[in-house]
Amino acid sequence: MAVELQAQTPVFAALADKTRLSLIAKLCRGRPHSISQLTKGSQLTRQAITKHLRVLESAGIVHGVRAGRENLFAFDPEPMEGIKAYLELVSEQWDQTLARLKAFVER
Amino acid sequence: MDSRIEKRIELKAPVSRVWRALTDYREFGEWFRVKLDGPFAPGRISRGHITYPGYEHVKWEAVVQKMEPERLFSFTWHPYAVDPKTDYSKETPTLVEFRLEKTANGTLLLLRESGFDKIPSGRRLEAFRMNDGGWTAQMKNLESYVAQKA
Repeated sequence: MAVELQAQTPVFAALADKTRLSLIAKLCRGRPHSISQLTKGSQLTRQAITKHLRVLESAGIVHGVRAGRENLFAFDPEPMEGIKAYLELVSEQWDQTLARLKAFVER
Repeated sequence: MDSRIEKRIELKAPVSRVWRALTDYREFGEWFRVKLDGPFAPGRISRGHITYPGYEHVKWEAVVQKMEPERLFSFTWHPYAVDPKTDYSKETPTLVEFRLEKTANGTLLLLRESGFDKIPSGRRLEAFRMNDGGWTAQMKNLESYVAQKA
């Protein structure tokens, strides 16, 4: 059985952005953070941060948790350790390698 | 779980041309970005080093499995074996197969890499780290976090 690669936002695509990596770097240090906490100290607007959090959420790397009235975001390393994410990455490498082969034999 | 990657790509070149690009070690090296020490031969270890910018320190090693002219070229290797301090030889390698089929316009290439279920999970995270050198530090943070948690 081949592993299905296109279920949600691929983990690899979710990680391929510096803002999102910096959000993960903040979240993976400890407690869940609110959007306001994540926006503080960043150059970006609350809307932009929210958009990035949604991408991470869609890849399963972060998930929302409720604390009273507040919506917090927590880091979940599982998708990055999973074989699916690894295959995405190797698959991406093959796309590039085969594109080079195509250019090579067709020139 | 038999997890694998499969790709199919149409090449506008005759099968004989594609076969040469796959199995001539110098031609292979050009598009794969690896400098190989010598020709491929079934059952033989192929050695060399990566020429992809930023990965020149990485050694290439694969064991050629099958060379069925203009049909099938396959080898086993350790994907993302990029850390010089790690001994990958004890890990089960993956199998890479290139199959060629003649088409009206050229060649259909079917690539399959299989055996990923045997890759240790720690290596998967490492692969993410290595994928972009610029983000290595951040990914290291993640890795140590994950290691603490485990």
